[in-house]
Amino acid sequence: MNYHWNWQIFFEPNPTGSGTYLDMLLSGLALTIKTALTAWIIALVFGSVVGVLRTLPSKVAGWIGFCYVEFFRNMPLLVQLFLWFFVLPELLPRAAGLWLKQMPNAPFWTASIGVGLFMSARVAVQLAAGIASLPRGQKQAATALGLTTAQTYRYVLLPMAYRIILPPLTSEFLNTVKNTAVAITIGLIELTGQARAMQEFSFQVFEAFTAATIMYLLVNIVVVTGMRFLERKVAIPGYIAGK
Amino acid sequence: MLGSFDFDVIRRSLPYLFVDGMTFTLTLTALSALGGLVFGTLIALMRLSGFKLLGRIAGLYVDFMRSLPLVLVIFWFYFLVPYIGQWLTGASRPISVGAFASSLITFIMFEAAYFSEIMRAGIQSISRGQPAAASALGLTYAQSMRYVVLPQAFRNMLPVLLTQTIVLFQDTSLVYVLSIPDFLGAASKVAQRDGRLVEMYLFAAVVYFTISCLASFGVRRLQARIAIVR
Amino acid sequence: MIELRHVNKWYGPTFQVLKDCTTSVAKGEVVVVCGPSGSGKSTLIKCVNALEPIQGGEIILDGIKVNDPKTDLPKLRARVGMVFQHFELFPHLRIVDNLCLAQEKVLGRKHDEAVAKGMKLLDRVGLKEHAKKYPAELSGGQQQRVAIARALAMDPVAMLFDEPTSALDPEMISEVLDVMVDLAREGMTMMVVTHEMGFASKVAHRVIFMDQGEIVEDALKADFFGKPRSDRAQKFLSKILQH
Repeated sequence: MNYHWNWQIFFEPNPTGSGTYLDMLLSGLALTIKTALTAWIIALVFGSVVGVLRTLPSKVAGWIGFCYVEFFRNMPLLVQLFLWFFVLPELLPRAAGLWLKQMPNAPFWTASIGVGLFMSARVAVQLAAGIASLPRGQKQAATALGLTTAQTYRYVLLPMAYRIILPPLTSEFLNTVKNTAVAITIGLIELTGQARAMQEFSFQVFEAFTAATIMYLLVNIVVVTGMRFLERKVAIPGYIAGK
Repeated sequence: MLGSFDFDVIRRSLPYLFVDGMTFTLTLTALSALGGLVFGTLIALMRLSGFKLLGRIAGLYVDFMRSLPLVLVIFWFYFLVPYIGQWLTGASRPISVGAFASSLITFIMFEAAYFSEIMRAGIQSISRGQPAAASALGLTYAQSMRYVVLPQAFRNMLPVLLTQTIVLFQDTSLVYVLSIPDFLGAASKVAQRDGRLVEMYLFAAVVYFTISCLASFGVRRLQARIAIVR
Repeated sequence: MIELRHVNKWYGPTFQVLKDCTTSVAKGEVVVVCGPSGSGKSTLIKCVNALEPIQGGEIILDGIKVNDPKTDLPKLRARVGMVFQHFELFPHLRIVDNLCLAQEKVLGRKHDEAVAKGMKLLDRVGLKEHAKKYPAELSGGQQQRVAIARALAMDPVAMLFDEPTSALDPEMISEVLDVMVDLAREGMTMMVVTHEMGFASKVAHRVIFMDQGEIVEDALKADFFGKPRSDRAQKFLSKILQH
């Protein structure tokens, strides 16, 4: 291979004048995390509402939940981001569209909302499955005690369902982190974007990608470790899942 | 607004979108799924082989690939494949392999990690009595895998494999980052050339949505049929 | 106290689970409902507090019509206790919190008041020292006693038991039955679906025998055990009393 390795490159100043190349990548990592967390909050909120809708006895609620999930699941995330970023402002009334286009941080908000809604469909599916996996008698017992449907979900079904789906939620959160990289296409300079920028400035393509790869791996390790800790913390003494 | 919606730009570009773009997308999807399934099955077999080192390597590969964003992997291979080609052929300079080959290699390597997890689950779902019965009949390990275990695992996992292929179909749109004219890339080219972003992106969304919906509907039908047969 | 008049219920368009069931439970009366599996006895008892909707007839509970759309069902359900086959304690709540949840959320009792009431009832079923444990840390018999205490904490005017001992290991059945016998002797109005004929002969006032969705026999205890009139009841009795 006639590729010229230069691992010192990370400590050389980058041409944007914002410190070294390493600083550049770290700022990308920070933006990746910030975007992923914002998107995750959106995914959890919307996913929970839709997930609950899918388990209600009402046919209409179930149908709404089904349509929501199918809508977000059957289009590539990239296309969805384009719809939010390029198409939505044009379809809105002129003033609102203009405001959207001139919004500072538009790529960040578009990515957070776009990835968040995309992931919310998957959270909804997980939560609905978690609720459905609880014994039917749990809901009946809560109902028989006089709890309303809302109270039954709030105090009985959801606390158990969230515990059960904690492992799949961990991978969905990691998917959220990974999916923020798609936002490079709407101009979000997150970790992958910064690695790409570094490659273009310095021509040290493999060093740049290696560093980004290591950072993604670290994020994975931190999240998985953190979630294991959380799983242990909320585990119920004596309770074995699936029993 | 919708009043100025230009349907004609879509009509005019239909041949380009489908003959060039969609053909690229579907070919890439089909070949990646096939290659990913073969390579993924090999990885799954490595993980279940009982050889500790082999299993560890396979496991690390799967975890590694699944930790990375597909976009980053696409960039990696785009820059790496020419060097690997140079190394393999002994050429004096990195060789250019073309957009299609580069994306195909990327998706096979990337999807193999996901397909291997599905196949692993499929193999583990086969009752232990099956390989035992196969070896009792005198079949070797390879034969029992080839003729007894893998066909059953594949059949049981077919709906999941197909669902993953639908995800793959959507994921191929990410070759956009390499400015490759797949279906979305083609739509985007027209959009930018004619200044018709709204029309082209909405149309692309509708096409992806329709194909994915029909495909997942088919998978659900298949799943129901398999469930009855069992 | 509990009145069922010409109750009809279908699952789907064709399958009738309850056929013109009419019976009543007076205040302070203990009525045992028995019959082969699939006879509709569990469904019948779940109709009393509207866990299962009915399509024909009417059910009146403590003077209030259950199957009236205007009835405040959560409020009504809070007034009858129900004990389930699989206990249905809430696994993520400590024993004492299982007893407090509905007292606080449905009856609006203060936490301290609910805890005091809960502890008193736990003491009564002999499980005071387990108050801080989680359900999965108790045996089946203990869990069912907690479930009875949970229902009693709501100061119910009547208690419904849906096969309370059929999910229990044989050695745990008597500890649960003892609690139920005490309750019966104190004058609690009880409707009990069970195969425990020992319990029936000890404390029941009346026995109802159901088969294929119909009430085949509804007789005073002495009459039922002395000379069951129907063939089907006779066959059923000889089968379960053989052992």
